[in-house]
Amino acid sequence: MMFSINDLKLSLPDMTQKPLFGPAPQIDILKGISFDIPKGCVLGIVGGSGSGKSTLARAMMRLLEPTSGSILFDGMDITHTSEEELRGMRQRFQMIFQDPMSSLNPRRKVGGIIAGPMRLHGMDRTKERVNEALDLVGLPQSFSQRYPHELSGGQRQRVGIARAIALRPEFILADEIVSGLDVSSQAQVLNLLAKLVKELGLTLAFISHDLSVIRRLCDRVIVLHQGLIVEEAESQILFESPQASYTKELLAAIPLPDPDQIWDA
Amino acid sequence: MRDAQKEMRRPLGLRLWLSGGWLFALAVGAILAPLIAPHNPLAQDLFAARLPPFWDAKAEPGFWLGTDSLGRDVLSRILYGSRLALFVALVAGTLTCAVGATLGMIAGYYRGWPDRIISRFVDIWMAFPPVLFAILLIAVLGTGIVSIIIAIVIIDWTRFARVIRAEALGQSAMDYVASAKIAGRTKFSTMLTEIFPNVLPSIIALLTLEMGISVIIEAILSFVNLSISTDSPTWGGMISEGRTSVHQAWWVLVFPLITLFLTVLSFSQLGEGLKDRFDPVLR
Repeated sequence: MMFSINDLKLSLPDMTQKPLFGPAPQIDILKGISFDIPKGCVLGIVGGSGSGKSTLARAMMRLLEPTSGSILFDGMDITHTSEEELRGMRQRFQMIFQDPMSSLNPRRKVGGIIAGPMRLHGMDRTKERVNEALDLVGLPQSFSQRYPHELSGGQRQRVGIARAIALRPEFILADEIVSGLDVSSQAQVLNLLAKLVKELGLTLAFISHDLSVIRRLCDRVIVLHQGLIVEEAESQILFESPQASYTKELLAAIPLPDPDQIWDA
Repeated sequence: MRDAQKEMRRPLGLRLWLSGGWLFALAVGAILAPLIAPHNPLAQDLFAARLPPFWDAKAEPGFWLGTDSLGRDVLSRILYGSRLALFVALVAGTLTCAVGATLGMIAGYYRGWPDRIISRFVDIWMAFPPVLFAILLIAVLGTGIVSIIIAIVIIDWTRFARVIRAEALGQSAMDYVASAKIAGRTKFSTMLTEIFPNVLPSIIALLTLEMGISVIIEAILSFVNLSISTDSPTWGGMISEGRTSVHQAWWVLVFPLITLFLTVLSFSQLGEGLKDRFDPVLR
């Protein structure tokens, strides 16, 4: 198993409800989530806004501290590992963020953005590796001299992907990476991601609110709703015969090319 | 692929030219004062007292901006006064910036107890009236150039701490900080390599602003005779002396005042101009 999540709970203080004295009340965002990601699997995680999918992503990447439960990465318990201990294995699991305007440092050139993490992990020939990564995501090598704001949305997200794959990780978590893009860039980025998963033998967790995007890419799907998993199934089975009513709602929300047709997978 | 971005040139900007030009000229004047000043700034000549500036019929050649009531050349005194003003601006401005920006960045990025301590200090500090605080400090430290610099740093570091804290706070919420953590970067290194370049434009803008403010504080202290020994010319001292004879010889007051005004204005505009020119992120 690449990742094993067991009864993961996470609460954060609700600062809007904080009394004048004393601690703020806790909001339970993840209410006990368990699932596995086998090696080589492409797992889709869907849910509406507020379902806890981004919180789950950040907990898996150890950006947020879980309240209870456990996270196993490749058999190792990383739930409460200290940042120092974790640093050595950070290279093995990477994340691509939703908004590249926020996740790419605006005052660094693309080359530096991609090379930075490699230098931290003592990789050599960073310049060539940056060029390789840019080739892999289909960007011209000259882009390493550009700043993020000089690129289009789709190109920026490719830089985000390049930064993640440049470290040669085993696992990548993609958090809503196409939701900020127009439909044609979405398709290109999704095709690219599918290609990279195959070529590099990656395990991928793909978070989205859009089931039609999940359908193209994922082997398995888990459906999150209000911090709980309401359904987990093979991708094909989920689209053919959704069980949970929330899944049905999500499926019904997919716009069809021809409104008279019904959805058939 | 043709790279249109590289072909695009940014205009140098009138703001940067004018402010930079004035400060450069002033700096040259200050450094070369012993060579280019037409007179000894301390030489008194009561027969040449209150001579008007050069365009007036009663002006004497050689005294371009006139003389004060003791017959000292105003232009020479302004040139010599700029030495102190610019030195204080550079040293005090830079030190204030270094102290304030460092504390502000630590408070804004690390949060927690460092933030609580620094922010409480800033709140308390800012409740003191700054000019009185400065005069009090000079009274304790004694006059002299080092005391002026120390006083400015002690009074004004809070300005940087506050603004840079807010900036760092905003930047810390950006995903590139999370991304640096995922890449395995340490907190301290993230602060230096990720946050710092993003708060640098604000630091530069504030730094030049602070240099202007240092010039004003130095002038205020000279005005109340608390800067350096009274016989060296200072802009504040000239303004103070000129004030008493403004009806007979307005130029003794007005020329140092204009110089002070242009210098402070240039410093504040220089920051903006530098940001427009050199910040890679177009705003």
